[in-house]
Amino acid sequence: MDLMINGERRQIDVPSDMPVLWVLRDVLGMTGTKFGCGMSLCGACTVQLDGQAIRSCVTPVSAAAGKAITTIEAIGATPVGKKVQAAWIALDVPQCGYCQSGQIMSASALLARNARPTDADIDAAMAGNICRCGTYGRVRAAIKRAASEASISGRGVR
Amino acid sequence: MMTTVSRREFVTVVAAAGGGLLLGYRAEGAQRAASTATAVATAGTTAASFAPNAFIRIPPDGSVTLVMPQVEMGQGVYTALSMLLAEELEVAPGQIRLEHAPPDDKLYGNQFFGEQMTGASSSVRAFYEPLRRAGATARAMLVAAAAASWNVDPASCRAHKGVVTHTPTRRSLTYGVLAARAAALQVPDKVTLKDPKDFTLIGTPAKRLDTPGKVNGTAQFGIDVRLPGMLIATVAASPVLGGKVARLDEQKAKAVPGVRQIVRLDDGVAVVADHMWAAKQGLAALDIRWDDGPNAKLSTPDIVQGLAKASESPGVTARKDGDPESALAGAAKKVEAVYEAPFLAHVTMEPMNCTVHVRKDSCEVWTGSQALSRARAAAAEVTGFPLEKVVLHNHLLGGGFGRRLEVDYVTQAVRIAKEVNAPVKVVWTREEDVQHDVYRSYYYDRMTAGLDARGTPVAWTHRIVGPAIIARYLPQAFKDGKDIDAVNGAVQLLYDIPAIQVEHVRHEEPVLNTGFWRGVGVTHNNFVVESFIDELAAASKQDPVAFRRTLLGKSPRAVAVLDLAAREGRWGKPLPSGRGRGVALLYSDWSTYLAQVAEVEVNASGDVRVHRIVCAVDCGRIVNPDIVKAQIESGVVYGISGALWGEVTLKNGRVEQSNFHNYRVLRMNEAPQIEVHLVRNGEAPGGIGEPGTAVTAAALSNAIYAATGKRLRKLPLQSALALAAR
Repeated sequence: MDLMINGERRQIDVPSDMPVLWVLRDVLGMTGTKFGCGMSLCGACTVQLDGQAIRSCVTPVSAAAGKAITTIEAIGATPVGKKVQAAWIALDVPQCGYCQSGQIMSASALLARNARPTDADIDAAMAGNICRCGTYGRVRAAIKRAASEASISGRGVR
Repeated sequence: MMTTVSRREFVTVVAAAGGGLLLGYRAEGAQRAASTATAVATAGTTAASFAPNAFIRIPPDGSVTLVMPQVEMGQGVYTALSMLLAEELEVAPGQIRLEHAPPDDKLYGNQFFGEQMTGASSSVRAFYEPLRRAGATARAMLVAAAAASWNVDPASCRAHKGVVTHTPTRRSLTYGVLAARAAALQVPDKVTLKDPKDFTLIGTPAKRLDTPGKVNGTAQFGIDVRLPGMLIATVAASPVLGGKVARLDEQKAKAVPGVRQIVRLDDGVAVVADHMWAAKQGLAALDIRWDDGPNAKLSTPDIVQGLAKASESPGVTARKDGDPESALAGAAKKVEAVYEAPFLAHVTMEPMNCTVHVRKDSCEVWTGSQALSRARAAAAEVTGFPLEKVVLHNHLLGGGFGRRLEVDYVTQAVRIAKEVNAPVKVVWTREEDVQHDVYRSYYYDRMTAGLDARGTPVAWTHRIVGPAIIARYLPQAFKDGKDIDAVNGAVQLLYDIPAIQVEHVRHEEPVLNTGFWRGVGVTHNNFVVESFIDELAAASKQDPVAFRRTLLGKSPRAVAVLDLAAREGRWGKPLPSGRGRGVALLYSDWSTYLAQVAEVEVNASGDVRVHRIVCAVDCGRIVNPDIVKAQIESGVVYGISGALWGEVTLKNGRVEQSNFHNYRVLRMNEAPQIEVHLVRNGEAPGGIGEPGTAVTAAALSNAIYAATGKRLRKLPLQSALALAAR
């Protein structure tokens, strides 16, 4: 099976129903994407499929064929992902950090389609990402910070 | 940027860089220290590093490696402890490289436990002075080395950002250049610590050193370990504690592509495979039937019944002031209540996991643990190898909360790995994690108070019924039948009441394993104490803040945080209907004073929504105010999840919850605004990882009372409220 992961073509030989999560972690050794629940309940495994945030723990690898998979390892190479990571660092969002790959992938997908999300937009996009360290307030603030930086640079271009 | 590497990896890195030999390890455990030095020496390193103690290593390249005696599980301890070292060592945070300490109780033990353990909000309290001393010692030696090379008085030299400068002549030498010469000096017995007024790092909101790796996927948790030839296993332990495997279908499991091996333990089964997907499918295909054993018929009501019965007998007295019995007899009004708190799961985001390679005569373990020496000892016990044949590599922890103080998952992984001829990473599913936790115990508390004619409390008795976790976990601290954890947060009652009795009735219910949960004994006791004092305020028709205040005449620090929280929490200001504010005050053996004002709404269908939480914190000397705030925010969120919804129940010996759909935790869209206000003073540092969790249940319950008039005495609050509404 051919997969496009972070802009690279990868050939893998796995069962077609194998979730993307385990392909990434156990077959390709890309451990930035985390296992949290296996049931699409916690968001730790979030990656982007053609820019959409998806839960890789319940997405069979067959559903990713022909699409672009983006993971935490490469999100910093996108303009939005870079701003999100910078905002996360500026506000020291992570605590244990285990859920943060998923938080950042969800937040980047949100900001890529909605440059100025409201609190309600943030709630809707982020409610699926659980953080047991309770970094929610900082995640929200960091999304707003990344959004405001996105708009500032946007104005610059205009 | 910080990188964390295990000692073994470090050895490789240093060898490649041509770096230093560990010299002058000043160790109480000389033998162990010597073996560490040998390990590094055999890696082929020859140049001289400066390592005056077990926490600091400066090779000639001038890099500064700090060895972290406590583990990082989100609480910011790698940053806070580094700040303590860097403040006195005079290096900038940007120069620092961090390294996980290997298991070694003598070198890295936490004075509160006598072993290398991270928990009980103790890291900064335990290491505030030792690490400053370690840093100051190293700095003094580097300065002495520089002064000697210039033949000048050390007092005329100054260290700053890794450079020693001779002030009058402005000559300077870097720590790297000085390393070899400093390593040859005698380690001084006495050093002068900085006057706190000269701190440049301690007390500042320095950036966390672990953030960069946690935003780009490079941070390495135990579950991220990869080794050549490594296999992946997942496991099912008996769903009923004490049960055994009755039968299973090995053939069906082996038919799953990628499944390599089935490992049968008497109380569980593991499927070893090429990847987790095959292991999970293989486990399902086994179609295991269990012999449930002696606990097969036990359900939560049976346990509560046992606790209730035990509560009728007196326990071990942990505090007695005055004569509560006669004070109660003479009281104008008597108030009585029973409080209950359920079993709770930890549900760390990183499920339990441990990677083990058992070789012919040695064993290597990769995991994240709050109790490193216990994890290592567990591997030694299972394999029968001497301790020195077990190498343990610690990692970042994807949440601890007390769960990783236990080493059950290490023991189990080693049992599995013994049967596997390759390194094997054992990963629990979330279901296994929820159903085989070492749970926060069920507690059952009887409260009695007497009020005089003016409504002033004259007597207070608190009988706590629950297990003695300390008797199992730290038996050396369990003296005269007294469990310091079971009564923590209850015996330190600050309220000025002339007659007080606090007792603990030890009652073990061996149907679930129980242990420490964030906030330890205080989490349950604070809920009881601060709810009951609210009941007394109501019984005497007084405002909850004013009532507490009148009883805190001897505790000015408590009054200060209470006043601050009340002011910032807009105590007494009008609220829309359906909303209420509640207050709670916390003090325990963490030495931290914390007051919280919670603002909640109970809607028409009875759902509780937390809108705002205001905390006022006095934790004495603050190392990093931003980390303190983050820890309070974190504790509050963890506390809300537990207080509103947290509940593990048993039916026929089986835990009924399994994953986040039926073990509900707070999500982003439900999270309140949280404000943290810090009191600054020079008191000794207090603990900060747990108080936010421990204080929250009572504040929420009191707020629900203010909003609805319903007094809830049983956690979790959401289901107690539903019951009260019937």
